[in-house]
Amino acid sequence: MLLSYREALNQAMREEMRRDPRIFLIGEEVGYYQGAFKVTKGFVEEFGPQRVVDTPITEAGFTGLAIGAAMAGLQPIVELMTMNFGIVALDQIVNNAAKIRYMSGGQLSVPIVIRGPGSAAHQLGAQHSQSLEAWFCHVPGLKVVAPATPQDAKGLLKSAIRDQNPVIFIEAQLLYGTKGEVTEGEYTIPLGQAEVKRAGADVTVVAYSKMLLVALEAADQLSREGLDVEVIDPRTLKPLDLNTIVASVKKTGRLVIVEEGWRFCGLGAQIADSIYSAAFDYLDGPIVRVTGEEVPMPYSRPLEDAAVPDAPRVIAAVKSVCGAA
Amino acid sequence: MTDMDKDDLLSLYRQMLLIRRFEEKSAEMYALAKIAGFLHLYIGEEAIAVGAIAALRPDDYAISAYRDHGHCLARGSDPGQVMAELFGKATGLCQGKGGSMHLVDLAHRFMGGYAIVGGHIPLATGLAFATKYQKQDLVTVCFFGEGAVPSGQAHEAFNLAALWKLPVIFICENNRYGMGTPVHRAVALYENVAEAARSYGIMAERVDGMDVLAVRALMRTVVDQIRAGHGPFFIEAMTYRFMGHSMADPSHGHYRSKDEVEEHRKRDPLVLLKQQILDQALCVEADFKPLEQDVGEIVAAAVKFADESPFPEPSALHRDVMVED
Repeated sequence: MLLSYREALNQAMREEMRRDPRIFLIGEEVGYYQGAFKVTKGFVEEFGPQRVVDTPITEAGFTGLAIGAAMAGLQPIVELMTMNFGIVALDQIVNNAAKIRYMSGGQLSVPIVIRGPGSAAHQLGAQHSQSLEAWFCHVPGLKVVAPATPQDAKGLLKSAIRDQNPVIFIEAQLLYGTKGEVTEGEYTIPLGQAEVKRAGADVTVVAYSKMLLVALEAADQLSREGLDVEVIDPRTLKPLDLNTIVASVKKTGRLVIVEEGWRFCGLGAQIADSIYSAAFDYLDGPIVRVTGEEVPMPYSRPLEDAAVPDAPRVIAAVKSVCGAA
Repeated sequence: MTDMDKDDLLSLYRQMLLIRRFEEKSAEMYALAKIAGFLHLYIGEEAIAVGAIAALRPDDYAISAYRDHGHCLARGSDPGQVMAELFGKATGLCQGKGGSMHLVDLAHRFMGGYAIVGGHIPLATGLAFATKYQKQDLVTVCFFGEGAVPSGQAHEAFNLAALWKLPVIFICENNRYGMGTPVHRAVALYENVAEAARSYGIMAERVDGMDVLAVRALMRTVVDQIRAGHGPFFIEAMTYRFMGHSMADPSHGHYRSKDEVEEHRKRDPLVLLKQQILDQALCVEADFKPLEQDVGEIVAAAVKFADESPFPEPSALHRDVMVED
């Protein structure tokens, strides 16, 4: 069936909450407002305010509360109105959610999903436009997921909810309205599995979340110019499915990594490092990264457009790595 | 007083004595470099942990900050396993992964010691949220110092606890110093830190934290009230730390005088309880001898167990970072 990314997330949580009464949803405006981005439309009507918990604007407090509830056997889903607000809850995420299992020698676990939209939308300004996935990926004890399509969003969210570890689930405001085919009925997609979104022979492009759409657009244009691009979406950023990327690089010999986040210490740097270690001999040239510009996100439209990777920049990168510039 | 049952009083005395002797021995072991890192002693404050926990059921939850040995032992944890954890041994409560500040004993519902000031208070509201969600008649007790009271996370937690009437008892152990900073230089309403909780509509009461019977009597009343659904509650227990903030800090340091420490030592909780027992003619001095001997043997055995236990195998390094499928 054709569903929006938003509807796919809604279905995933609805199905899981019907299945398991230990699952509850907590966050700002998740209930009676129906979600700031309407992802939780109809939830409070179906599940009641005990399981769809509206909170005050105190991310550290309610994220910490959810972590404590997970320690006592519940399966919370925390909705952050945007992932930017995860910074306010970072002490809870990094010092508690990620570490409690290890510090307790395996006695405790924190089965929690912390989800919400990351990355830039249209002119939201510097504090609401960040791509923070590298921050979360850096921390041992967390899994990080960033789906790009409705099909992946639903299947991965269901897996994230069932996972017994803390999972950071990064959506994107500009993806909520995008539509795609979603399998009817019950299905899940395992965490830690990349997918080849477009098969090709000449060059590998790795891109995730919103940047997958940019990469696919670039690949379409390049195919008209005779370049056959393979596009891989890791889907789960941690643990990263390196094997799928390595297999592709062994075939194409060339790699471009696209990410919206800042370049320095960005996720692409880690992927490049992993590929250099695992498949250096198969590379015909250096890995090229396309990243967001290293500036706080400007408000003005032309400046914002200049700060975020787009298809022309991906096309230029692919051509440069193919020596076709 | 109905409290004046000989065996009961001796049991309270014995628990406080165990914590006292255990920690004196810990300090010795620190000097011998058997224990490293941070070691924060609870000496002087034992009446709070013992009095408060004596009012709990075994299935109630307790959670603490980094000065946590006393709460863990009062909860019933095995002194050998606690000492082994301080030694960093594989037989420790947390297999040597936690250390002094991060003791966890799930079997005794001791949900951990946490070392980011204020950061565990939201976790306590989460434990309480989970018990209420699951319609269990359990209470959660959360220990922290007065230094945590002005932290943002404490206030967020107080608000959530009051907003949702969570069955949690906040126990502020007011030992008058946050490390070396006296309360009047850290908390605006330093003469009545409980105002922080009252301002959210939380009932609060001050108690003499040197008097184990007073602590327990108040806690019994409060626990009944909370179990009946009238949570939360804030207890300010007035106490004093006889030792330095940590092993790096001499017993009085530059920030308080030796005379001040000596003055407070006159109200040592062990001496106070012993005097109450003797005054009531329930025991004679000789009755305490076997207790001393018994506790001494337990602590000696704990040290022997810790010392003879193996360090964790190298293979333990990566274990319990994640819950494996």
